[in-house]
Amino acid sequence: MRTPIAALAALCLASPALADWQETLDAARGQTVYWNAWGGDPRTNAFIEWAGDRTEDLHGVAIEHVKLSDTGEAVNRVIAEKAAGRDEGGSVDLIWINGPNFLAMKEQGLLHGPFVEELPNARHVDLQPGSAASVDFTVPVDGYESPWRLAKFIFAYDTARADAPPATMAEFVGWAKANPGRMTHPTPQNFMGATFLKQALVELAPDPSVLQQPATDDTFAETTAPLWDWYDALRPNLWQGGRTFPENESVQQRMLNDGQVDIAMYFDPAAPAAAIAQGLLPDSVRVFVPEAGSIGNISFVAIPYNAANREGAMVVANFLLDPATQAEMQNIEVLGSFSVLDPSTLSPEEAALFDALPSSPALPRLEDLGPTLLEPHPTWMTRLTAEWARRYTE
Amino acid sequence: MTRDGRLLRGGVLAAVLLGVLAPILLGLWETGRAAFGVVPAIGATEASLEPWRILGDLPGLGTSLRLTLVTGFGATILSLLVAIGAAAAFHARPRRASRVLTPFLAAPHAALAIGLAFLISPSGWIARLVSPWATGWDLPPDIATVHDPWGAALILGLMIKEVPFLLLVILAALGQIPVRRQLAAARALGYGRGLVWIKVILPQVYPLIRLPIFAVLAFSLSVVDMAILLGPSTPPTLAVAITRWTFDPDTRMLMPAAAAAGLLAALTAAGIGLWILSERALSRLGRWWLRRGARGLSAEPGLFIATASLYGLLVLGALSLVALALWSVTWRWSFPHARPESWSLATWSRHGAASAETGWTTLAIAVLATGAALALAIAWLEGEDRARRTRARWAELLVYVPLIVPQIAFLYGLNVAALRVGAPGELLAVAWAHMLFVFPYVMIALSDPWRRLDRRLVSTAAALGAGPTRRLLAVKLPMLLRPLMTAAAIGFAVSVAQYLPTLFIGAGRVATLTTEAVTLSSGADRRIAGLYGLLQALLPYLVYAMALAVPLWLYRDRRDLRGGGPA
Repeated sequence: MRTPIAALAALCLASPALADWQETLDAARGQTVYWNAWGGDPRTNAFIEWAGDRTEDLHGVAIEHVKLSDTGEAVNRVIAEKAAGRDEGGSVDLIWINGPNFLAMKEQGLLHGPFVEELPNARHVDLQPGSAASVDFTVPVDGYESPWRLAKFIFAYDTARADAPPATMAEFVGWAKANPGRMTHPTPQNFMGATFLKQALVELAPDPSVLQQPATDDTFAETTAPLWDWYDALRPNLWQGGRTFPENESVQQRMLNDGQVDIAMYFDPAAPAAAIAQGLLPDSVRVFVPEAGSIGNISFVAIPYNAANREGAMVVANFLLDPATQAEMQNIEVLGSFSVLDPSTLSPEEAALFDALPSSPALPRLEDLGPTLLEPHPTWMTRLTAEWARRYTE
Repeated sequence: MTRDGRLLRGGVLAAVLLGVLAPILLGLWETGRAAFGVVPAIGATEASLEPWRILGDLPGLGTSLRLTLVTGFGATILSLLVAIGAAAAFHARPRRASRVLTPFLAAPHAALAIGLAFLISPSGWIARLVSPWATGWDLPPDIATVHDPWGAALILGLMIKEVPFLLLVILAALGQIPVRRQLAAARALGYGRGLVWIKVILPQVYPLIRLPIFAVLAFSLSVVDMAILLGPSTPPTLAVAITRWTFDPDTRMLMPAAAAAGLLAALTAAGIGLWILSERALSRLGRWWLRRGARGLSAEPGLFIATASLYGLLVLGALSLVALALWSVTWRWSFPHARPESWSLATWSRHGAASAETGWTTLAIAVLATGAALALAIAWLEGEDRARRTRARWAELLVYVPLIVPQIAFLYGLNVAALRVGAPGELLAVAWAHMLFVFPYVMIALSDPWRRLDRRLVSTAAALGAGPTRRLLAVKLPMLLRPLMTAAAIGFAVSVAQYLPTLFIGAGRVATLTTEAVTLSSGADRRIAGLYGLLQALLPYLVYAMALAVPLWLYRDRRDLRGGGPA
């Protein structure tokens, strides 16, 4: 019953919106969108190149991938432009953004929007309040960023070297003690390292529900106390005695491949399978997640307030939500990131695109991944990173 | 001084002041404002000491400072010692030395560091070559050889670049001293070879190589790309920490980052001051030591160690570049295999096109920057000729300013300033930022050959009625073609190696092989990083080869202009 009504409603609302969209498409033709996105993952880079070819063919919009080593670089650039009074014709058109960076830009009025509801393909996304795509690390999206890929925290281990990985975050302490020096995590200055701490925090917190509120001095001290006890017990048995850490998850994957450690971590359940296919990991690597589930979130794209090619950026954001694009992204041979679309909005032809995708032994099934735990409010991550640095930087 | 000469000199001075010095001062000013809390973009307009207080509270600041000092001074002092010692072995064969050393001068820092990081890491090539048969390691050991908390790997990486540079500078300076005669005289008086070197030659050479040493010290204190690739990370050196804070999502970190950049500038100034003070103390001590008049062979082992260290560094550097080439054609190469288990051209076929595009951008920037720097340098030297003047001390210093002020201290501010005046276009802005660093090297490379030019030929041309412009174009430049090409090749290599200026001024939209290589080196795939690193190293080599080939071909029937025969 739901689909026809939704379709009818969409049809009623569509006419004026579609006319606006045609204007956007016309304005976008010929534009080059400078998409600022982390450049450390060759598969994502290749996908962005592919997306640029497609939008060029379909809408005459080219994409120039500005490869960042840290999303902060793009945020900083917009700030520098605002400092220089460059309120139009800015150099950043689209940013792959998440959590703290989004909060920082939204709070300072550095984002264009709300624009998501203007995108025709937004009808495939569940945007109701409380849905996964309506909040980014508990910060309301309010139409200022558009979802494009789903992320879920997972671990990978080499079955040829390590048997029985830890089943809970608490068990990491015992595992590391039995296998000293064979485990590490990316530095918490890095998103993935911070996520490792958050994953532990969600499991170890006396009352996880406070994590959905902004952290205060009191709640932070109380909630993180068990986490620091856990970490103090874990750290001495980490690689290099926990005095130095890999820069990010890619470096840690390289260490897993080299045999330097036995465990790696990702924000993408298909990443290990894809790495195996590319010759970047041994065939014996498999995925595991803590029994209680793992943190998951959606990655977004946002448009800075001064973007020179705003219309083109919107066309790209819309293209990313196209069911055909999302199916391409879910393809393990391409990106392997699970779709952000609401399956109930897809036509049978669109759903068939997803059913036809290839599989791999290292690719977990959705049911193996356990429940998805909510991201804590960004203030927790900021404080966690700062507190970790305070405690463990020598 | 002729009117014509005065005009030229005035023009050159204005160009250097406006094009080189002004941007640096402007950048320092903007960074300085941010260091005292004034960043209008984030609504901060009140000057305060808050950024310094935040900086003081940042965890690891003390360690970062210590690391910066240890790696900066450590690399400079060790490089200098090795270069001085090795010069004793090489001074008689400067041509051979420059043939061996030039490739290391041309190799970009990032490419070398990426290769070296693989070479010396616990799971790296050296460990793979000796495992498990010699070491018993089936798995890589849990030891710190790269990113070590002492910064030893960073010092090693810096030395691979700095020793060849200092050695070439010393050999060039030795050309101005009658070394052979003095050596013979001192040996006749019973001094050992090593002692002559230290007691007789060094005191004469040292004043000639002071500025290059300061440039090396300033560079080592503020290097970012090599420190990211080889240095410790928790916490990193101050320069890396500044880069990290600058790009922190919490934009308020900009202010302590700017304060730290100011601190680094002050540290560099203090470092150079300290160096000058130690020079005085050492020269007092040296005089006392000289007067005691001891002879002997006690310094021989030092010379041997220095020469051996030089060869060790060169072998490591060469292997680093070979490792990059190997990785670019590898499919799988896991520990502890001494060589790749399976080969593939997949990396080249998949990323060849994209890397070629980046290569063209790199080439275009380097050509623009080098062209501009070369034109400016020729105008400067010609201005000196026409005024019949030697270079004033302040002018010599002016040339070195971009090399002695830490890059990071003015680049952030320069970025803001460039945006405000509406930079002419990103590629041009980046090329201009590169020119700031290319110009000094081109000047250094060109000054000596220019002064050594046989003046009689120029006088003859004048006597035959050639005006100053014609003398320049028809006599001087053709005769100086070889040094001009060498200076251009050096400038080109300097431009290709630039990391921070590209990152800051290019606003991320201008990607060069260097920025791509550094970004990819923090990725999972050594094969792509190898490809980009290899291309980054190959580009300057190609240009060097061209620089050598052009005079050889143009002057194939004029032996003395090819630079092969007696100079």
